[in-house]
Amino acid sequence: MVAITSPQFKANAKAALADPNLQQALTHVRHNFIERRAASAVALPEFEALRDSSRDIKNHTLANLDLYLEAYEEKVTEAGGHVHYAETGEEARDLILSICRKAGARTVTKGKTMIGEEIEINEHLEAAGIEPIETDLGEYIIQLRHEPPSHIIAPAVHLTQKQVEDDFRRAHTHLDPNRDLSEARELLAEARGILRQRFLEADVGITGANFLIAETGTSVIVTNEGNGDLTQILPRVHIVLASIEKVVPTLEDVSQILRVLARSATGQEMSTYTTFSTGPRRRDDPDGPDEYHVVILDNGRSEMLGSQFQDMLRCIRCAACLNHCPVYQEIGGHAYGWVYPGPMGAVLTPKLIGVDKAGNLPNASTFCGRCEAVCPMRIPLPNMMRHWREREFERHLQPATYRTGLGVWAFLARRPRLYQFATGIAMRVLGNLGHRRGRFRALPLAGGWTKYRDLPAPAGKTFQEQWKEKQRALKGREA
Amino acid sequence: MADNATTPAKAGGATTLAETGGRPSVGLFVTCLVDLFRPSVGFAAIKLIEAAGCRVSVPASQTCCGQPAYNSGDRKDTRAIAENVIATFEPYDYVVAPSGSCGGMLKTHYADLFEGDEAWSARAAAFSAKTFELVSFLVDVRGMTHVDASFAGSVTYHDACSGLRELGVKNQPRRLLKSVEGLKLIELKDADVCCGFGGTFCVKYPDISNAIVGRKAEAIVASGADTLLAGDLGCLMNMAGKLQREGKPVHTRHVAEVLAGMADEPAIGEVER
Repeated sequence: MVAITSPQFKANAKAALADPNLQQALTHVRHNFIERRAASAVALPEFEALRDSSRDIKNHTLANLDLYLEAYEEKVTEAGGHVHYAETGEEARDLILSICRKAGARTVTKGKTMIGEEIEINEHLEAAGIEPIETDLGEYIIQLRHEPPSHIIAPAVHLTQKQVEDDFRRAHTHLDPNRDLSEARELLAEARGILRQRFLEADVGITGANFLIAETGTSVIVTNEGNGDLTQILPRVHIVLASIEKVVPTLEDVSQILRVLARSATGQEMSTYTTFSTGPRRRDDPDGPDEYHVVILDNGRSEMLGSQFQDMLRCIRCAACLNHCPVYQEIGGHAYGWVYPGPMGAVLTPKLIGVDKAGNLPNASTFCGRCEAVCPMRIPLPNMMRHWREREFERHLQPATYRTGLGVWAFLARRPRLYQFATGIAMRVLGNLGHRRGRFRALPLAGGWTKYRDLPAPAGKTFQEQWKEKQRALKGREA
Repeated sequence: MADNATTPAKAGGATTLAETGGRPSVGLFVTCLVDLFRPSVGFAAIKLIEAAGCRVSVPASQTCCGQPAYNSGDRKDTRAIAENVIATFEPYDYVVAPSGSCGGMLKTHYADLFEGDEAWSARAAAFSAKTFELVSFLVDVRGMTHVDASFAGSVTYHDACSGLRELGVKNQPRRLLKSVEGLKLIELKDADVCCGFGGTFCVKYPDISNAIVGRKAEAIVASGADTLLAGDLGCLMNMAGKLQREGKPVHTRHVAEVLAGMADEPAIGEVER
């Protein structure tokens, strides 16, 4: 069982802010991702129109999700594959384990799959004596470190190159200590050398899916390393692990959404590999698996249909919202304490592990709106974070002091005369206290503010008081 | 709800300034932070709105736009506050707020509070349609192209998030700033990135907020400008507070003060020297 540390979000964040390696590694997020996305969006005149049509495609699909899932299943079956539905993570794990056992699997290669993280498939394979081998370079690195991913498309983005080099030297005991690994290219070559053999040995390959196409029964993965292709072509059994909202109606629909996916994610026009797979190897195919399974996970998602959170099911996991989030940029992904970090995680995680555990996530947002501004699927992320805060408020989950403070403020804000009377006195006191320096370095009850910043002192008289005085003086002169 | 919700103008004690016929009436939504911390921004806003050919009233029965409650998940109190605001400002042709954050709340979020309530939805929609952030009102609604003001010094401008992304306030302030005599505008790197204020966020997550505003302060100092401007007092207080805590010699002001030629008052968090 992987620990959920979302309830300790604040402590996690504090530790992250003090971690020099993490802070150095996050520079990549703060600059590269953002600049590349911006450049590629500007370079495509129809980018904004494609965002609209991509949103519409997914909205249409979600409104008819049952139909498209059935159509997809029919096509997969026609192609000789098998579709399995899992209502919970546990069911999905059991399905995968039973397929692996039936195949007599000893090792399983894996392409990148966030659903795999969600259902903790690696831990369960290991417990069953089956060795999972991550083949995406980032995933491979964090598997060596026994860490979860910190980013949904760049799982090891929290690490510096030096840390990766150290991990390789620790784990790859065959390495000549004199071998130069100071270049990223060298690290990649080293991992490739190790993985080549593992690809050939594996009995089962598990991949995620970026899309499932209802029209053709095809699963689509986009990668930059080609590892996904080897994972799904070489072993005897290929298992696609995906969640229900990955289905889209047609090839044409996928072609449209692909045009915003890579641009939003890495700023590429297309990822290096975009791979379509449909069913097991046919008689004339040069390669491919003998068995083709698709495990489709719900895990609470169908409850989001028709709810305030339905729009979240449009998400195509491009990570633009993470990359552009000022909070994610400072603390990285692990601080969020579970599988999905950043703004998309702040909306999805409370649904999947409970808002009582994940309440900090939708609160730890400035509502700057940059996530929504770059989301290729135009998901109103801040609004949905606010909806989680509403659920928290209804269930009295916020800290008592916060609720009390808010209650007192709201009581006054609803009573203008009382409000002006009370704030008038308060500002006079603060104004007198602060008039010499013009600001406070510390102030009772304002520690959250003054810990790191000065608090500008108020003028003393409120605007409303000054305005009334001016009006009175004006009338006096007229009279 | 209080009585003043039904008889806004009278009960709210609306007072009008320099009434002359034919000019649209503007109700100034002062915003709670301007009211409490920096009244000079309110007076600067009035001067600018009048210069744009409008007459300005300041209804007394206003408090806050309700954002702290709204963003804390308290819809009931938010709605009560919103009803008061909508009723209070019904008599005016326009509602103008010297803040993109409050303006965004009034213009883009109020409708959400009245879903399923036809009568209030209609009132909220009418209210949203006539509500504007100050600089956007001056330029987009009143067609203002320049201001009659001077400012000796270099400034840099931070695009506060709500104004930028909810209301499209970006070129308008720059355009007017360029007409200020003697003012040199230096663009701020990552001007459209959040300053880390986020309302209650900055006190709920002070460590993260500090990291974000620390990065913003670095960019401000690196711009070399001697004054920082923005259109939102919350963000300005956050950035000013950080710059001052770190001993940086940058002055911070609301953009309206400079545009109105009222930048002779001490800057935010400063006293007369």
